[in-house]
This record gives sequence, C-alpha cells and structure tokens, in this order.
Amino acid sequence: MSLSLLIILPLITAIVLLLCNGLQQVRVVALSGATVQLILAFAFLIIYWQKRAAGDQTPMLFEQDYIWFTPLNIHYHIGADGISIAMILLTAFVTIAGILVSWSMEKLSKEFFFLLVFLSMGAYGFFISLDLFTLFFFLEVAVIPKFLLIGIWGSGRKEYSAMKLALMLMGGSALVFVGLAGIYFNTTTPAGAHTFDLMQIAQMHIPLEVQKLFFPFAFIGFGIFTALFPFHTWVPDGHSSAPTAASMFLAGISMKLGGYGCLRVATFLMPDAAHAYSWIIILLATIAIIYGAFATMMQTDLKYINAYSSISHCGFVLLGIGMLTRTAIAGAVMQMVSHGLMTALFFAAIGMLYDRTHTRQVAQLGGLLKVMPFIAAVFVIAGLCSLGLPGLSGFVAEVTVFMGSWQNADAAYRLATILACASIVVTAVYILRAMGKVIMGPLQVDGGHAATLTLSDAGWNEKVAAAILIIGIIAIGIAPFWLNELIGGATTTIIEKLSFK
Amino acid sequence: MKQELIITVIIFILLLLKIGKDLTNEQAINLANGLLLINCIAGLFFNHSGTLFSGMFQTNALIVVEKNILSFGTLIISLQSASWLKNHSHVMEFYILLLSTLLGMFFMISSGNLLMFYLGLELSSIPLAAMANFDLTKKQSSEAAMKFIISSAFASGLLLFGISMVYGSTGTLTFSEMATRITGGPLQVFAFVLLLAGFAFKISVVPFHLWTADVYEGAPVAVTSYLSVISKGSVLFVFISVLYTAFKPMAGTWYNMLFLLSVLTIIIGNLFAIRQNNIKRFLAFSSIAQIGFILVGITGSSQMAVASVVYFVLIYVFSNLAAFGVVSLVSAVTGREQVSDYKGFYKTNPVLSWVLTIALFSLAGVPPTAGFFGKFFLLMSGAGKGNYILITIAALNMIISFYYYLRIVKAIFMDANDQPIERLIIPVYPKLALYICVAGIVVTGLAGYVFDYIHSLSFGF
Repeated sequence: MSLSLLIILPLITAIVLLLCNGLQQVRVVALSGATVQLILAFAFLIIYWQKRAAGDQTPMLFEQDYIWFTPLNIHYHIGADGISIAMILLTAFVTIAGILVSWSMEKLSKEFFFLLVFLSMGAYGFFISLDLFTLFFFLEVAVIPKFLLIGIWGSGRKEYSAMKLALMLMGGSALVFVGLAGIYFNTTTPAGAHTFDLMQIAQMHIPLEVQKLFFPFAFIGFGIFTALFPFHTWVPDGHSSAPTAASMFLAGISMKLGGYGCLRVATFLMPDAAHAYSWIIILLATIAIIYGAFATMMQTDLKYINAYSSISHCGFVLLGIGMLTRTAIAGAVMQMVSHGLMTALFFAAIGMLYDRTHTRQVAQLGGLLKVMPFIAAVFVIAGLCSLGLPGLSGFVAEVTVFMGSWQNADAAYRLATILACASIVVTAVYILRAMGKVIMGPLQVDGGHAATLTLSDAGWNEKVAAAILIIGIIAIGIAPFWLNELIGGATTTIIEKLSFK
Repeated sequence: MKQELIITVIIFILLLLKIGKDLTNEQAINLANGLLLINCIAGLFFNHSGTLFSGMFQTNALIVVEKNILSFGTLIISLQSASWLKNHSHVMEFYILLLSTLLGMFFMISSGNLLMFYLGLELSSIPLAAMANFDLTKKQSSEAAMKFIISSAFASGLLLFGISMVYGSTGTLTFSEMATRITGGPLQVFAFVLLLAGFAFKISVVPFHLWTADVYEGAPVAVTSYLSVISKGSVLFVFISVLYTAFKPMAGTWYNMLFLLSVLTIIIGNLFAIRQNNIKRFLAFSSIAQIGFILVGITGSSQMAVASVVYFVLIYVFSNLAAFGVVSLVSAVTGREQVSDYKGFYKTNPVLSWVLTIALFSLAGVPPTAGFFGKFFLLMSGAGKGNYILITIAALNMIISFYYYLRIVKAIFMDANDQPIERLIIPVYPKLALYICVAGIVVTGLAGYVFDYIHSLSFGF
C-alpha cells in the first residue's frame, strides 16, 4: 500500500466537501473520509508489523521517492517508521473524534469540515515526510486552517487568539526554515550535491560548530509548536478560544508536530549539538512542567485548565528528548501519543459540557454526574489519565519518561527529573479539585439557571467520539508493550545516531 | 524580434481602427482581448536566441519566457479591466498606450546595450504616466500621473548620469564588453550607484519608494496592477542581467549594497504596510516588501538566483493580479477601497473572498499556494551565499508580512459589518481572469516542472 494515500484521501475528502450542500451531506462525507483514514492507519500498522515480523530491518518502510524540484534536489520522499505509524494512528483517532464531536456544527459547516480535513492532511504529510522540504511544506500547511478555525468559529477573544497563534507558529516555522537552510548548505552528498533527504543527511557528519549554530533555530522553531517555555503563550489563548474540534486538533495533533520535529529533525540530524545544549532543553522543559502545573492551579476556566496542563504535559515530551537516553526518548514519543489522545478527550468532554451548560467556569458548575453521567464519566477518565492513573496511557508515558530520565546519571538532570516527578502532585490537586467541583456535589449550573437549560446526556456521536479516544487510552494503558515495540526500532536508530560520535 | 513585431502590428491595427471605424466599447474590448490572446499564444512558439544590430538587441530562451510572462500578465490585466473600461470613452487609446509600454519593456529586456535599455525604459514609462491619468475626471488620478512622471524623469536622469560615467570610464555601453572592462574603480562604483538608484526608483526599493503608494492609490486599479506587476517585473529582469553580466566584476561591491537595500526594503515595506487603511496603498507597501525578498534572492548571484527571481515574478503575476482583480471589481462597482470596507465580505461574496484570500496567502508565502515555493526558493538562493543574518532577518520579516495579510483575511471572514459590500455580479472577462490566476497560484507551485524549466533556461553567474 502506498503511504501517499494518507495525503490523497484527505485531499479527495476535502474536494468532495466543497461540492456538498447542507450540513447533512457535509458531515456524512467528512465522517466517511475520517473512517477510511482510521482504517488506513490500522492497515498500515498491521502491514508494518507483518513486515517487521518477516525480518525487514530497513529503518523506513513504505518508502516512496519522486523528484519534485530538480535544481534544489528536492524530493517528494515519504516513508514511515514506528514513530510515524504511532503518530498516524494518533492523527486518525483525533480526526474522527473531532469530526464526530462537531456533528451539529451549523455555522458555515462546509468550510468548517473542509478546514478540519485539510489540517489532518497537513499532519499526515508532516509525519510521513522523509524530505525536509516536504516536512516544512506540510508543517506550514497545518498552520493556516488553525487561524481560520479559531477566528471564525471560536469564542471569547477569538480574533486576538487566532492572530497570536498564527503569528507565533509562523515565527516557529521561520526559525525552522533558517535551521533547514543551514543543514542544507552545510551537508554534501557523496555525489557532491546538497540534499534535503532526512536519511541521507543522517548519515553525514555535520561539523560541530555548524550544528551548534543551527540546532537552536530548528529546536526552538519546532519547540514553539509544542509549547516550549517561554514560547508557550499561544497555547492558553489558542486553545481556550478555539471551537471544540479545533482545540482537539490543536492539542492532539498540532502540538505533536513540534515534538516530532524536535526529535526527528533537530535532535536526530544534529546529535552533537543536542548533547551540547541538552542542559538548556532540560532546564526549559522543567520550568515548563512546573510553571505549567502551578499556572493550571490558578485557572478557573475548564479550557484554560486543560490548556495550561498541556504546557506542563508537553514539557515531559521535551524533557524526554533532552535527556537523550533511549528509554526517555521512547517515553517522549509515548507521551506525545498519550497526551494527544487524553487532551483530545478532555477538550471533547469540556466541549460537551459547554454545549449544554453554556459556561466553562468551574465555580458555576456542580453535580453534573447526576444529569449527564456519560459526559461526567468521560471527564473523569480524561482527568485521571492526565494525572497519571495506572491503567491509563498517561501513567505509562510519564513513568517511561521518568525512568529514562533517571538513566541519565548527571546529578543536575536527576534533580530535574525529581522536580518533574513532583509536579504530578500538583496535577493531582488541580485535576481532582476541578473534577470534584464540576461533577460531584449538588447540581449547579451557571448560578442556578439550570431550569432554562436542557441538560441531556451525550448523543450517539459524542459517545462514539469519546469511546474511540478512550479505547486508545486504555489500549496503551493496559498493554503498553505494543506501543513500545512499535516505536522501539525507530528509537534505536535515533539513539545509535546520538551515541555515535 | 518577432515578439516585438507582433505587438507593433497590434498597435497599428488598433490605431487604424480607431481612426477609420467607430467601434463600440464592447467590440473594442473583445477585439483587444482577442489580439492580446493571439500575442500570448504566438509567444509560446518562439524559441530562438541571437543578437541583432551589432549586439544592441539580444534574445534567448529565458528572455522569451520573460516576455511571455509579461504578455500573459498584460492579458490578465486587460481581462480584469473590462468592467472598468466598459463605460470609458477612450478604450482604444488605453490599449494603444498599454501595448506601447509593453513594447518598451520587451525592448528593454532584450537590450544588450545601455542605450537600448534606456530607450526601452522610456518607451515603457511615458505611456504609463498617461495611463495613470486615465480616470480623466478624478483629481487624484492626475496627481498620480504627475508624481509618476516627475519621479520617472528623476530616475531617468540618474540613470543617464550613471550611463555617461560608465561610458566615460569604460568606453563602451555594450554589456558583454563592459564586463571585461569594469575593474571596480571609484568612478565605476560611483556610476554603478547612480545606475542602481535609477533601477531602485523603478522597482521602488527603499529609500527610493516614496512615489509608490501615492501613485498606486491615485491611478485606476488596472494601471496600479500593471505598475506593480508588469512594470516592476520587466525592470527586475533587466536588472538581473545588468548586474550579473555587465557588472559581474564588481560582485563584491554590489553584494553589500543589495544586502543593505534588501533589509531596508523588507523592513520599511512591512512596517508601513501594517498601518495602511486603503487597500491599494496596502498592496503598494506589501509589494515593496516583496521586492525586498526578491533582492534577497538576487544577492545569491547564481543560476538558482536568476531562476528563482523569474519564477517568483511569474507567481507574483498570478497572486498580485488575483488580489488586484478582486479589488478592481469591488472598486468599479462600489467605489470602496478601504480595508474596513472588506469586513463581512465573506457573507456577501464567498467566491471573491476565497479568491482574495488565496491570493493574499500566496503573497504571504503560505503553502500549498505557489507563493510559498517562490519565497522559499528566493530565500534559499540568498542563503546559498552563506549570509545567514540576511536570511534570518528575511525569515523573521515573513511573520510581520503574515500579520498584515492575515489582517485582511480577518476582516473578510471574522469581522462584523453593518454595511458590507453588496453581492457583486462578476462579468465574464474578470471571472475568467480570476480563475486563471487561482489556477496559476495552485499549479505553478505544486508542479515542479515549471521551476525546473525556468532553471534549465537560466544563465549561470
């Protein structure tokens, strides 16, 4: 099977969407597209396993390589290893859940679903790119839909948030561009040409001073996407203003683009600089983890709570990458998948609550378990996953990151690990406090106007959406070995490159 | 020479028809568009190289492509201006002036000698001044024409002064001979600075940009788009060949000049574009910033640089003309040209909104539009020199430019408006032009073949 299907299919879905009329047609087309995407993602997973089981040891499977722009040696080169497959699965899960959650999007439905599908295309393309140009291309493809999604369908200070998010992410890609240009002009293939090919560059040695110059560009550039402190300020505004599905896409997929880029481009291609700068990465990641956790404690709006906790959780991804040990990097990838599913579920639950109660203020909600048990249960599962309850994916990912971090014997790094571990206590405080207030206790909505609202439980679409995400979370939580095996080969490649001097 | 002959023939046909026969506006527009289309198609069949008049006039495959880009852009502008010209009393004259400037540009691009270049430049800029004054009853329009002619004359003066000094110090005006005799002595540097200033006026590089916004605002939209795309594109083409062939021995000197000018142009263009409220002025300043990015590409001084500049101009034709096409439609029907008038535009005119949005995204350099590829290649060719400070400044300025393009998109899609622009009925010709532009924006980037082709024709440094 051709990996290009993952780009072609959303593209076809998007084009068909433009020809549709009315919400009914639009959502059916979007859902069928997303379903086929999910099936495709699983098909790739199974084929991947079969090939690996048959003893195929090439680092990248499903490779396709066509020349795109000859003068610059730019190729359309795609392929997938375990990490890519994990990310593809995550994207497929979040896409279908996002589309289901926005089932009754009345306002400009055609454009809304078009942009969602377009965004998912950018994410797929990014995760399967093996050419830095294609990677950069898809990274930017995924920015603009977010601006429109937040600005048109958002709430609150939506224009401000949309602009802030778009500009900060554009800033990130501008830095990435400089990093890529630096890599491009400072590597030469045996044939004497420059190349954007990820795997070819990985085999070349970039001089240390060049790495030291361009690593910060690439890492900070991608880091902005994944809420690297102090460039995290778009996260709370962007997430809280976005419509539910866009929040899910933002936190579930878009922030992972950054983590993947930090790992696959910055760290993998410039390992010496990664060693040299790892203390800065860890410092920033630890600050993000602790700052994010404490900032979350002060929030009163459910979406802000999840947005700030995302900063903290994405800090674990960067911490894992910065520790440069095999287990830590595997943990970082697991955390990306886990956080993607968990935060999408959380935003879905918040969106469902908000649709019914018209408020997201913790203080104005209470006792919702009595009137909407399903949504409350989803909320609890997402919350528990966020605080790292064993049996759910958050626990697995965080423990892997911590164990991997501890393997790095440097005393200061271990201190950072301990501090990061301690943040879980804070997480428990804010999650349990918010959950207790919102779903337990006497029924309270918006200071007592409950009578005017119809507090129904989740509809079928919301139930399916939540179920899909919960299946993912539990599958990782109780059987983490499959994910670990899936990404094992890829992390080995990265670690070999990192330890090879 | 055949391309020039075709245009000359068309000019004479129009002139004779104007004298001999009374055509209605409708007929005149149809006829002119038909002739321009023939000119475009005919251009595709030329592919020859050689020189004429002892090196005065030269042509090669790249020059043919450049001319085709310009005639194609002229056709699009002509299609777009149909609804404006329909009620105008001097349609024929407009087309005659338009084609005369195009002829001048062709001669300019093909010039192998500074005198020929000057001749072409004057032939292209004097009719343009008359065109800028084509809204005969509007005071602003004549003001624009006056400003344009004065600043043009000033730029020409500088150019001539520079040319005379080049002649004085080298004894020749032919590009190929100049290349062998230029040593980079003080007089030659002085001459070059004057020439550069003349060029900079024409393509509105900061600090020679002051005429741009006023002229763009006052002139009719068709002329504004012609000025910003075709006129600038042609001067850019000849600018590269002068820099890369005649002044090749001074590469070290002009590299630093271009470095400074490009940084200034990008930053000033961007900062002023943020504050504009008139959409034509806004596009004027954004086009200044675009020129800055083109200068970054030119500093690359390689085959890649030539290819990426020509490629970018092609993309710029599509993107800018799509934006101006929408602006001219709105302005022709409602007369509204403020950015705030576009608030709520999407509710009344979804198709035009998407066209304008795609055009703005392409200007901003957002994938998958062609503008992304154009900017990427320009910056890459600049980065080939290893000057990463310049590239970082340029890349960070992309964010500012992104802001002001998104400001328009925000007005179109997100802002509420009590009196949005009413639903416009788009006539056939402008609609066709817009579709061509959008198709061009999508295809020129994604189809790698276009860039490969231009690159294969480009000359090395």
